[in-house]
Amino acid sequence: MDGITALYVFMLAAFTGYEVISRVPVILHTPLMSGSNFIHGVVLVGAMVVLGHADPEDPVQLAIGFVAVFLGAANAAGGYVVTERMLAMFKSDRKPGGAK
Amino acid sequence: MNTLIQLAYFGVAVVFILGLKAMSSPVTARRGIVWAGYAMIAATLVTFYTPGMQNYGLMITAIVLGGGVAWWSGRVVKMTDMPQMVAIYNGMGGGAAAAIAALEFARGGVHSPGVATLAVLGALIGSVAFSGSCVAFAKLQGIMTKTWRLPQQNIVNIVLAGLTVLLGLAIVISGTPVPALIIAFFIVALALGVILTSPIGGADMPVVISLLNAFTGLAVGFEGFVLGNPALIVAGIVVGASGTLLTQLMAKAMNRPIKNVIFTPITGEAAGGGEAIEGSMKEFSALDAASVMRYASKVIIVPGYGMAVAGAQHKVWEMAQLLEEGGVEVVFAIHPVAGRMPGHMNVLLAEAGVPYDKIFDLEEINADFAQADVALVIGANDVVNPVARTDKSSPIYGMPILNADMAQNVIVVKRGKGAGYSGIENALFYKDNCRMLYGSAQQAIGEVITHVKALEV
Repeated sequence: MDGITALYVFMLAAFTGYEVISRVPVILHTPLMSGSNFIHGVVLVGAMVVLGHADPEDPVQLAIGFVAVFLGAANAAGGYVVTERMLAMFKSDRKPGGAK
Repeated sequence: MNTLIQLAYFGVAVVFILGLKAMSSPVTARRGIVWAGYAMIAATLVTFYTPGMQNYGLMITAIVLGGGVAWWSGRVVKMTDMPQMVAIYNGMGGGAAAAIAALEFARGGVHSPGVATLAVLGALIGSVAFSGSCVAFAKLQGIMTKTWRLPQQNIVNIVLAGLTVLLGLAIVISGTPVPALIIAFFIVALALGVILTSPIGGADMPVVISLLNAFTGLAVGFEGFVLGNPALIVAGIVVGASGTLLTQLMAKAMNRPIKNVIFTPITGEAAGGGEAIEGSMKEFSALDAASVMRYASKVIIVPGYGMAVAGAQHKVWEMAQLLEEGGVEVVFAIHPVAGRMPGHMNVLLAEAGVPYDKIFDLEEINADFAQADVALVIGANDVVNPVARTDKSSPIYGMPILNADMAQNVIVVKRGKGAGYSGIENALFYKDNCRMLYGSAQQAIGEVITHVKALEV
């Protein structure tokens, strides 16, 4: 990707991120933070690519790559579980006024 | 094959954005995270087919280990401990972005100065997010209890940041950097994260976690440019931007500009600054509390973190239902930063089964306190402290608060006589219409329930 295209992608993605959550109610601040935390867990994909291209003979490269994939996977898995648990409470089938 | 992979990444990016959009409305939020989850699985699977990859065994081991540990810890953690889990998972993402940059340098995958600059930027931001999130986790988890400030903290921050930028610049200019330079860069960047977050404590913590979340997003986006991977670019930058907005919204809810959060944190010493408060605290028994509320026509409950740690939300809701059966109107008033994060308290109440239509935001309910017979404050402190309205010398002056003091009677359920989370004395407790009900929320509300039941006969 050349520099200028990259700059455009950057700009458009930034506006998208800003617009997409501009009308979020306070009750969703924490779940949404957690949800966006999960989404940047896609760093796992990048980590897999760099580990996949690391020199198999070089233990330093393998170690760094392993750490990258480990951390990326943890970000994605943990982020998902935590967000899902929080949002499970926003099920719409809860009857108003009904307890337990 | 390559085109197919790129197309898949494109689809993943679209679903991520739609998922995030869905997550910003309570009705669709659950759907949003599930969509994003499927997209993540798809992105991971597709990546295995990237041409020219090796080390599959190691890769799968790392995914299973990292994913497994995080999945398990996320499943077993208590709802009250969610904020620190968000912090630590976020830190791991930042760490992963930094490690990607490190590996790209180590294997000589960075060729142009432009790419090197982005790699260095991502590494810097990712490292800060990693070590900063670890500190945030340690603090919320109670491993690290003291907030410490170095003498001349702000100057140290600036010097350290400057040093990191210089080292980063050296890496970019050198083209093929020596390992020592890269190691020094990472050490200084990690130290910067620790030094930046260490002085911050108390109610500012959620803002910091949110800021670090935005940081990680940016770091991931930058590494995406380095690897030429559009899924990373779009997801990372979208999170970076939305995270920044979310941080602003949170800081605004607390009336704490982000720069104050970082450069002039609320500390015990600063808290000493406020005016002395006159009067004394007056105690109340559970029986008194029960009868006042039973014969009230409107009760507003103000829950705080103290209620959540005591795990008393179920008991509180049981009491609220009892009162309602007796014809009392009971509603919940939630401060934007009740709990440890905006929205955290809503989650905890929802867990206890409290319906949404009984939960009100600060703006919605503040005018109603004047008509309420009782404001029942459970484990909340700073968010109902009237000095935020009156005392210009107080560190929390200007923070929007719930006007619990305007209710006819105020009952405060509190463990002991100490000051709040931020260490600031609460003028509300000394007011004439305020009564203190000492004890843990769980036990105190339990007693109130017994007495309310006794009153029915």
